[in-house]
Amino acid sequence: MPAHRAPATALRPRPPEGEGGVSRRRFLGYLIAAPTLVVAAEMGRQTVFGAPEASAAPIPSVQTTELYDLSDAIRDAARPTANLIKIEVNRDGTVSFAMPRSDNGQGIITSTQMIIAEEMDLELDQVVVTLADARPELVFNQLTGGSSAMFTLYTPVRVAAALARGRLLDAAAAAFDQDAGTLSSRAGVITSLTGGTLGIGELAEKAAVQTTEQVEVVLKPREEFRILGKPQTKTDARAIVTGKKQFATDLQIPDALPSVVCRAPDLNGAPIAIDNVDEIRSMPGVTDVEIIATGVAVRAVTFGHCIDAVRAMTVQWEPGTVAGQDDESVLADLRKAELPLAVPPAGGSTVEGDFTFYFKSNSSLETNCAIADVRSDSAEMWFPTKTPITAQDQIADLLGLPTNAVTVHVTEGGGSFGRKLFLDAALEAAEFSQKIGKPVKLMWTRADDSRQGRVHPMATSRVRASVTADSVLSFELRHTSVSMDVSHGFGDALTVAASRLPSGNLAVAEVIWELSQTVPYNFGVSTRLLNEVDMRFNTAPMRNVYSPDSTVARELMVDQIAAKMGRDPYEFRREFLKHDRQRAVLDKVAEEGNWGRTMEEGTAQGISFQTEYKSVIATLVEIDCRPETVNRSVREGLTGPRVTKVTTAVDVGVVINPRGIEAQILGAINDALAMTLTGSMSLVDGHFVEASWDNYFYTRQWNTPPEVNFHLVESDAPEPGGVGELGVGGSTGAIACAYARATGKVPEYFPIMHKEPRPFEPYPTVPPIPPSPTNGLDTTF
Amino acid sequence: MPTQTFKLNGEQVTVDTEDDVRLLWVIRDLLGFTGPKYGCGINVCKACTSHINGKAFNPCSVRVADVADSDEVTTIEGLADGEDLHPMQQAWIDYDVAQCGYCQPGQIMAAVAKVRQCVTEGREVDDTAIEELRNICRCGTYQRIREAIKAGAENM
Ligand code: FES
Ligand code: FES
Repeated sequence: MPAHRAPATALRPRPPEGEGGVSRRRFLGYLIAAPTLVVAAEMGRQTVFGAPEASAAPIPSVQTTELYDLSDAIRDAARPTANLIKIEVNRDGTVSFAMPRSDNGQGIITSTQMIIAEEMDLELDQVVVTLADARPELVFNQLTGGSSAMFTLYTPVRVAAALARGRLLDAAAAAFDQDAGTLSSRAGVITSLTGGTLGIGELAEKAAVQTTEQVEVVLKPREEFRILGKPQTKTDARAIVTGKKQFATDLQIPDALPSVVCRAPDLNGAPIAIDNVDEIRSMPGVTDVEIIATGVAVRAVTFGHCIDAVRAMTVQWEPGTVAGQDDESVLADLRKAELPLAVPPAGGSTVEGDFTFYFKSNSSLETNCAIADVRSDSAEMWFPTKTPITAQDQIADLLGLPTNAVTVHVTEGGGSFGRKLFLDAALEAAEFSQKIGKPVKLMWTRADDSRQGRVHPMATSRVRASVTADSVLSFELRHTSVSMDVSHGFGDALTVAASRLPSGNLAVAEVIWELSQTVPYNFGVSTRLLNEVDMRFNTAPMRNVYSPDSTVARELMVDQIAAKMGRDPYEFRREFLKHDRQRAVLDKVAEEGNWGRTMEEGTAQGISFQTEYKSVIATLVEIDCRPETVNRSVREGLTGPRVTKVTTAVDVGVVINPRGIEAQILGAINDALAMTLTGSMSLVDGHFVEASWDNYFYTRQWNTPPEVNFHLVESDAPEPGGVGELGVGGSTGAIACAYARATGKVPEYFPIMHKEPRPFEPYPTVPPIPPSPTNGLDTTF
Repeated sequence: MPTQTFKLNGEQVTVDTEDDVRLLWVIRDLLGFTGPKYGCGINVCKACTSHINGKAFNPCSVRVADVADSDEVTTIEGLADGEDLHPMQQAWIDYDVAQCGYCQPGQIMAAVAKVRQCVTEGREVDDTAIEELRNICRCGTYQRIREAIKAGAENM
């Protein structure tokens, strides 16, 4: 057997048991024929021994998610068609990996650098992780979503890195003419017992292979970890604070001039004609004006010139897709589609809840944008996307080009929140560039991004529980939603096609619902059903998809059930939770957050529990609903109830970067605050009115809690659970419960401030972009 | 076409464009300094926050013609002293503030100005002062921003 057959086994003699068994397994990887060392591993099918850990077979009386959840589905979608992710050792001593995922600020580039550096005994700056262009051969494997990135990448990346390390040691051993087991490796330098040293750059060619072969490898045991589990600052922090980090619109692509689309007053109104095209074409700086599917596109020397041109356009429009509709008419349609609850109401022994969740915007701070350079026989695109394979396919389709004639470069995104699963700007940029035969840098304005961009769909949740003096016999949840656009499927051509069949979108939505929703309490017969109504809104699975709403409904009901039984909300949850791992985080917040302390009238605590993405979270919030707080005034800001303190505890299984996990949870709490208290869209006469961050009340400094305490609870779970979305549904419930306890009223709709007077005068819809002020020098400080 | 000139990050710059083009587009699209970000174009989100003569302002809402030849405009690219970061930038790294980073150039420029303002007015850099900042961070990094501003202020 060649020396590299099982190099790591030889180099790292290990005890047979421990660490949940996972890292003791041997894994399959590949040495790839190349001039320098290239190693690879398969996504989704790494284990040599051991069956898949989860089974999709439904087991009566146990909820699907407890056996098999969305994380498993995204990973297992890969199994039949798994393909290789590759790590390369370069002659300059660096190691590179083009990650088939998208980073929109969640820090997975840093986490992946940490994983590779750990396994290969490198420093972080020796590992270069970039975002891969669209790679259709990866099929299911290039979707970023469902907080699955670390769960799906952790093991394959480790396998490839471990192989590379073993192979480099073998090459060094041959060069030193010594046994590989006597060498040590640190920071990319391999040292022999006699003090000889070789850099991995020097070994990159020697370690290369001429024919691709499959080999087995054993991974580094957790107790030897030096990097994983230690706090790490994001590796792009310096680039960000110096303004060097580049987003799509910062790229200088030759001749890709700024472009903006003039949009209809109605949601999704299509253009019929532009009356003054000659006038617009002759405006200063304007180079091109064309009608495209979604409006009238203009290209000019600056975005400012584009905005002026859009404001000057006279355009005739078709009515929109929801012409004449408003919040209440949409709600009435949802009500008609609600599925019945099965258990009949039985007077004193049932507890019921009925909640409405209004539209919310998932607009990120970077608006929808894309650069397109479409030629007669090819197209090159740059934009932030979580579904590059779908993107490449759809763009090729739109342009009438073969898929491989379209190159999609994935740029880092300025936030996603579900937006970057879709191609709204990319399709427009491609269409416009093709029409005018020039490259374009197309960007949505804030007003468009807010009013015409995607939203989290309006939904209702009805809950009915039947209870006895000390137990819950049944717990039913019926979620009815404006159709959630999940046409991205699992990021591949196959499920995208499936989602477009009649009822296909609902079928995919039902899968996501079933795989993400769980009632973690011992509540007897528990059912959670989803129905969706297609009303032609632009929707998206906003951060944490259904859970921010369904968790509010569930946790408010848990408090009601506890009250009916005369029990304390924390004690009740503690008793009815199913597992000790769940109770551990709940106990942590109760203790650290001083649950049950005396609170002033008009203020209260609320507590919640949530499990998703193979992680668990408990949150305890304190809210202040006293009139002096609710009515405090901020110029053009929405105030209202203030969450003053948050204590949260998570167990996410294997911890890669605790500092990154904390960042994700802190961010999610701010998302949850907006979703529960302040942030919503209002549909009026067929369009959304909110056109600015002073209209759509995402959390600001004056809303954010002055005190947030985060606790990471140790776990022996074998894999890294999802983190990026966990904290949203992980805290909406606690906020809602605290509000109900402080005011003595269980809210019936969310966000709680949705119907309060809005501190703004809506901008007109024609022209679609408000004018840029000129008084900026009067507001300096 | 009129010629516009002002000082940008210590250099005198000159560009030919109409008087009413907002300074943000002159800086980003014509001069290629992309540190200040577009987030609204109407002086709301504060992603474009930069300094004029040492004070925070929003170039999306200033006509280029309203900036005098001698006015010193500083973007995030001009905040550090060569390789030496400004204490506020260093605090941002120490507290690992950024997530996507899109808002952060504006956050840092606003924070520096807010601290200077507090010092001039003899106020403390506390939560009340920080809550006067209107900068949006859609990733929700507000807690770490607060910590970093207080730490950065100590070293300014
Ligand atoms: S872009 Fe200037 S304040 Fe928003
Ligand atoms: S870090 Fe993403 S918007 Fe602030």
